[in-house]
Amino acid sequence: MALLNRIFGRSESSGKVASERLRKVVVQDRANVSPQTMDQMRTQVLNKLAEYMEVDEKNSSITISANEGSVNLVANIPIRRMKRGKH
Amino acid sequence: MGEVVVVTSGKGGVGKTTAVANLGVGLATLGKKKVALVDTDIGLRNLDVVMGLENRIVYDLVDVVEGTCRLRQALIKDKRYEGLYLMPAAQTRDKNAVTPEQMRKLCADLRSEFDYVLIDCPAGIEQGFRNAVAGAQRAIVVTTPEVSAVRDADRIIGLMEADELDDIKLIVNRMRMHMVKRGDMMDLEDIREILSVPVIGVVPEDEVIVVSTNRGEPAILEGKARASQAYQNITRRLMGEEVPLMPLEARNGMVGALRRLIGLDKA
Repeated sequence: MALLNRIFGRSESSGKVASERLRKVVVQDRANVSPQTMDQMRTQVLNKLAEYMEVDEKNSSITISANEGSVNLVANIPIRRMKRGKH
Repeated sequence: MGEVVVVTSGKGGVGKTTAVANLGVGLATLGKKKVALVDTDIGLRNLDVVMGLENRIVYDLVDVVEGTCRLRQALIKDKRYEGLYLMPAAQTRDKNAVTPEQMRKLCADLRSEFDYVLIDCPAGIEQGFRNAVAGAQRAIVVTTPEVSAVRDADRIIGLMEADELDDIKLIVNRMRMHMVKRGDMMDLEDIREILSVPVIGVVPEDEVIVVSTNRGEPAILEGKARASQAYQNITRRLMGEEVPLMPLEARNGMVGALRRLIGLDKA
């Protein structure tokens, strides 16, 4: 049956299906970052940004959101003022 | 000063204990090394039966850690292979009987006497895993070409890296090349790419492993068997030799059928 399906192009091979499912689930697993790591990352990102602009740290948020196969870093960082010259 | 290598997987039943037994025999025989195998699966020990040494246990890991006996008293000498010793796990205790600190001390003591110390890690990511990796300088992660096993491998690789244990190598076990060929099993490239860890060996699914485990005699020295050859190669790579990955192509068609008929290949 699997062979027939493949001949008529009806379904992918199960090995490919496995590898695609695995890729997605591993990305999701790795996106489950510990609060400490998340905090550290947030500080580092904000410090780096501070070289270019003045940001509102108190009202900034950086999160990782995972849904249906895609994982995104969502950053909401209000800029108070851009710095001059460095860019 | 020897090396402590932990063999781990996250998921159970992928072949950690079999790998430890075969690599232990390999290092002792092919490499003429002095080797200690340590079973850290407290409460569910099995390395003793896979090695066929279950009738010779007097003391175990917990006895050593608690000071009930000396280190040497808990090391069973395997009379079949010069230089090979087993330290069994306790069967009637639980994983909390040992701490990572105690394991670090034990591994340091063993390192000073042995060339290689192979740690058989329990499945899971709890205390038993923490104990097993505590004293290790290197890790071998065993996985099989299944979504669940590779996913768990990814988890423990992450945990070990966070613990600054980053000399990590991968064994892909129970590969069935005829299934890979027809597209019904993930191939080595898929797994290598997802885990991004160097592969130290691929072991084909082989009945010789079942037979040898039945008998309590590790299969690595069974000359022609494909899994035995794979373990011999892994042993050499573990000792730092450059050995190319063996071609795992299952022979199909006429040639394969003929080879199987005259007994050159296993069916």
